[in-house]
Amino acid sequence: MQDINGETDMNDYDIVLRARMEGRLTAKDYIDGLITDFMELHGDRLYGDDRAVIGGIGFLEDMPVTVIGIEKGKDTAGRIEHNFGSANPEGYRKALRLMKQAEKFKRPVLCLVDTAGAFCGIEAEEHGQGRAIADNLYEMSALRTPVLSILIGEGGSGGALALSHADRIWMMKDAYFSVVSPESCANILWKDTGKAPMAAEALMLTAEKLHAAGLIDRVIEDNDMKKLSDDIYRQFKGLTTIDPDVLIEDRYQKFRKAGY
Amino acid sequence: MNFKGFFLKANNELEGENFIPRARRITCKKCQKKVSVSQIRKNSFICPECGNYFSVRSRRRILMLCDRRSFSEMYADMESENILGFPEYDEKLSAAREKSREKEGVICGEGRIGGVRCCIFAMDAYFMMGSMGAVVGEKITRLFEYAAERSLPVIGVTVSGGARMQEGMISLFQMSKVSAAVKRHSDKGNLYVVILTNPTTGGVDASFAMLGDITLAEPGARVGFAGPRVIEKTLNQALPKNFQRAERVLECGFIDRVVPRDGLRHDLERILKLHAGYKR
Ligand SMILES: [Zn+2]
Repeated sequence: MQDINGETDMNDYDIVLRARMEGRLTAKDYIDGLITDFMELHGDRLYGDDRAVIGGIGFLEDMPVTVIGIEKGKDTAGRIEHNFGSANPEGYRKALRLMKQAEKFKRPVLCLVDTAGAFCGIEAEEHGQGRAIADNLYEMSALRTPVLSILIGEGGSGGALALSHADRIWMMKDAYFSVVSPESCANILWKDTGKAPMAAEALMLTAEKLHAAGLIDRVIEDNDMKKLSDDIYRQFKGLTTIDPDVLIEDRYQKFRKAGY
Repeated sequence: MNFKGFFLKANNELEGENFIPRARRITCKKCQKKVSVSQIRKNSFICPECGNYFSVRSRRRILMLCDRRSFSEMYADMESENILGFPEYDEKLSAAREKSREKEGVICGEGRIGGVRCCIFAMDAYFMMGSMGAVVGEKITRLFEYAAERSLPVIGVTVSGGARMQEGMISLFQMSKVSAAVKRHSDKGNLYVVILTNPTTGGVDASFAMLGDITLAEPGARVGFAGPRVIEKTLNQALPKNFQRAERVLECGFIDRVVPRDGLRHDLERILKLHAGYKR
């Protein structure tokens, strides 16, 4: 394939490495580029405010929307502040709170996904990381407002899926979405992280492959914000005209057919 | 900091295999004593010497929970295929079929517990550590849909290392698919009781294992999202003794009751009777 900068012959593992590269646009950059008058809203109303997840409200052109992004941070201080984009349960619960709020006020939801995975830690486990992710999948499946998720960098397993139970899933051409990191996969199956490129090839994790398999809806070729803004706007215009019962049924069928 | 912990390495992270090999007598990994398999079987697959819980095959588990001869299996012929052409997956599937004597990692069907009609699924640790691919996800989804149509409760016994890597994103999406089916079943007012057994982790923990109306767990069962070794490595510190054990997860607020294996059937009977409907 040809990547955004015109480099050719990127293999699937190159795409993974590129998706992790420092200096990529993060969720904040997309929010700055797409949303006017963004107002950040904090906290899960249960325990805390997870800075790995940023969420709030703003205008997409003239349309009020809710935006939720997993933020990796730009520099060292930022990366520490945002826990390198690895969310705790509080982050997923904040996301769900904001989605429920969007449902109440009939705003569409835009999720910007960029995470190596949900955080692995003692507190994360004891605060219910599994339950928090499960709850998002469960509640998002019946959310009565449109959700569009865009994978902008890393789509690390369940931690990324928790913000991707959407009506439409789009991916940047050089993002990945995977059940497991190629390194862990290679380590577990072949006891050799050096075989990560082989794992990457086999895992079907690139935007192009996932699109061909019908698991995602659109591959975004470049990060031209004006064009992206127009596309999202048009998508939301379309989805908001659909009766919520039909929207939910379509969403159910979208995931229902995975593997069948 | 990444999701290496999403998958347990089948053998070394499971605190010794608690599988029962094909033999008359085995050495219990916990107490090192020789015990006869028939004695273990009679004792609900618990070591008569030390109380160690062995893994129970899915079919046996269903027999232990359902009324005699009440169970009829559904979707029995569904088998996984190597959809992605993943290296060595075909061999792994054959080995899993051999080891588990089953076609896939979950058994589903309809039966009665204490006379109450219900749907039941049991995952199988002997089949690729209960990992969830498209067939496991599809069978459980169909069962919830079937139960929702007929207003039947669902009883689920979970054991899983997580999503099945060899089916890539198709496996990951099963988490979404099953969770949505659980929601539909629930929204119609139906009961779902889940029994967490050792280990319930990764993508299964982060989906239908955590979505029961009532959540039971076997003593000592590992229940968690990330693998303990990975957390240890990430944090570079030893983990608390009871970390991710059912008893601790109950203290944290995510399990209703820790129930010994030989008491599960009795608890299920009571729960089902309490939900059988009260005529006002
Ligand atoms: Zn023993």
